[in-house]
Amino acid sequence: MIKVNAIGDACPIPVVKTKNAIKELNGSGDVEVLVDNEIAVQNLTKMANQKGYGIRSEKLEEQKYQVVMTVGEGGEQTPSEAEDPEKETVCVPDSRKHKLVVISSGKMGEGNDELGEVLMKGFIYALTQQDELPDTILFYNGGAVFTCEGSPALEDLKSLEAQGVEILTCGTCLNYYGLSEKLQVGDVTNMYVIAEKMMQADSIIKP
Amino acid sequence: MGEKIVFCKGGGCTAKLGAGILNRVLEKLPKGPKDENLLIGYDSRDDAAVYKVSDDTAFVQTLDFFPPMVDDPYTFGQIAAANALSDIYAMGGEVKTALNIVCFPETMDLNILGEIMRGGSEKVIEAGGTLAGGHSIQDSDVKYGLSVTGLVHPDRIYSNNGGYPGDVLILTKKLGVGIVCTANRVQEAREEDMKEAVESMIQLNKYASQICRKYPVHACTDVTGFSFLGHLHEMLDEQMSAEIEADRIPVISGAMEYADEFLLTAAGQRNRNHVGSYVQFENVMFAMEEVLFDPQTSGGLLIAAAPDRSEELLAELKEAGLPAAAVGTLTEKREKEIYVRGQR
Repeated sequence: MIKVNAIGDACPIPVVKTKNAIKELNGSGDVEVLVDNEIAVQNLTKMANQKGYGIRSEKLEEQKYQVVMTVGEGGEQTPSEAEDPEKETVCVPDSRKHKLVVISSGKMGEGNDELGEVLMKGFIYALTQQDELPDTILFYNGGAVFTCEGSPALEDLKSLEAQGVEILTCGTCLNYYGLSEKLQVGDVTNMYVIAEKMMQADSIIKP
Repeated sequence: MGEKIVFCKGGGCTAKLGAGILNRVLEKLPKGPKDENLLIGYDSRDDAAVYKVSDDTAFVQTLDFFPPMVDDPYTFGQIAAANALSDIYAMGGEVKTALNIVCFPETMDLNILGEIMRGGSEKVIEAGGTLAGGHSIQDSDVKYGLSVTGLVHPDRIYSNNGGYPGDVLILTKKLGVGIVCTANRVQEAREEDMKEAVESMIQLNKYASQICRKYPVHACTDVTGFSFLGHLHEMLDEQMSAEIEADRIPVISGAMEYADEFLLTAAGQRNRNHVGSYVQFENVMFAMEEVLFDPQTSGGLLIAAAPDRSEELLAELKEAGLPAAAVGTLTEKREKEIYVRGQR
């Protein structure tokens, strides 16, 4: 097995390095390539499929992907597989764990209420700065104020939404607090969806 | 002055943000009150904004800048300017004024910047416009481009999506400059192929656009970072489909060969991820698929022309020395959006 480190290399460098390694194999063997982005995995996969090499790929951690190409014996593929460039790319399905943030109160933690409000605002801001964003943020009961007019966290929530985070607020709660007309960010949801989101989440973050 | 500019990670239009992530951000931006005189804004995914000032005059506004994709600063300036000016031509307009956009490292030789801007101003002059100023900031990497303003008659604007089923699709430049520049970056491109790519990139779309104005052209866009198929997808606007004949696509020499060597950009793969699901390939070689997804820097115009006079239009484009070709037709909406046929 020849190892190629292409972390930090822009396309087509990972492919060029891999091709050079394959030449060194003298006919058959494995080449392991490390890259830091999924697009590079896909470009390597296209090459393997066109050339009929075997290919496995795996996301090891954030910005670290391992691709193993098998050349020669054992690496042959049937033509039908080789024609489908998407098929072998194991990195394509979203391997991310589903992260759900639940904001169920206007305050973070027990103790002084004023401090609790400041902390919760700070928490939502800190979310915007994370490398990995949650998939969904649910707001219910006292938490519903954050998605409505006058909320100190509106800008941060709009920024999260713009980056693809789903923002949902409980409709019953909006009604109860008279906020139905005041929702400023995200969509209204119901208890069925709230229950479903919580059941499907791999982790629930509740500040 | 033999000094070369530092090559950036992915120059030219390969440096564009992917269309997928960009749409997610744009969709969520707040929209102010509607201005009736803004004929084309960014909700239409068009090449430039068009604002009507009177019944016979509208101004066209656009800007474009990117990191170098060639080593020679003067050539880079020409390419970046031709690319920025192109959006005006894609709307059917005439260039009037341009402003320089410059990012340049403080420690780098200023003569390099001089060469970049010389290349840019020559192209603005060729376009018939005036360079009227600009803005420069210091940055770790070189970036250059233009903000351009042009004029167009409000009734003669070429929109992206104004085509009709039956229209003939004409492409005015060869595809594959992204692949050839990428091969060149890893020293695997032949000199003559790179030369052909550079000549294509510095060619203004002015001449193609002027010829088009004499004919019934229903839609027009310039093919840039989102690739031929990406820009065609925008032209179809979920209303129509298109049939493309792969064998008629004009391609820069060497591009297919380098694609078969997998000297491919990340941006090309992003384009495939973004529009691949709309496209059905039938008997098309892998290398041609890659060329069709290849991000173009300063690419040609893609025109939807009325079928009755399209041959005449094509003949005149060719007569002007452009490598134009009729590459397909628009059809009624079908199951898939884009059908590409080849003879593998």
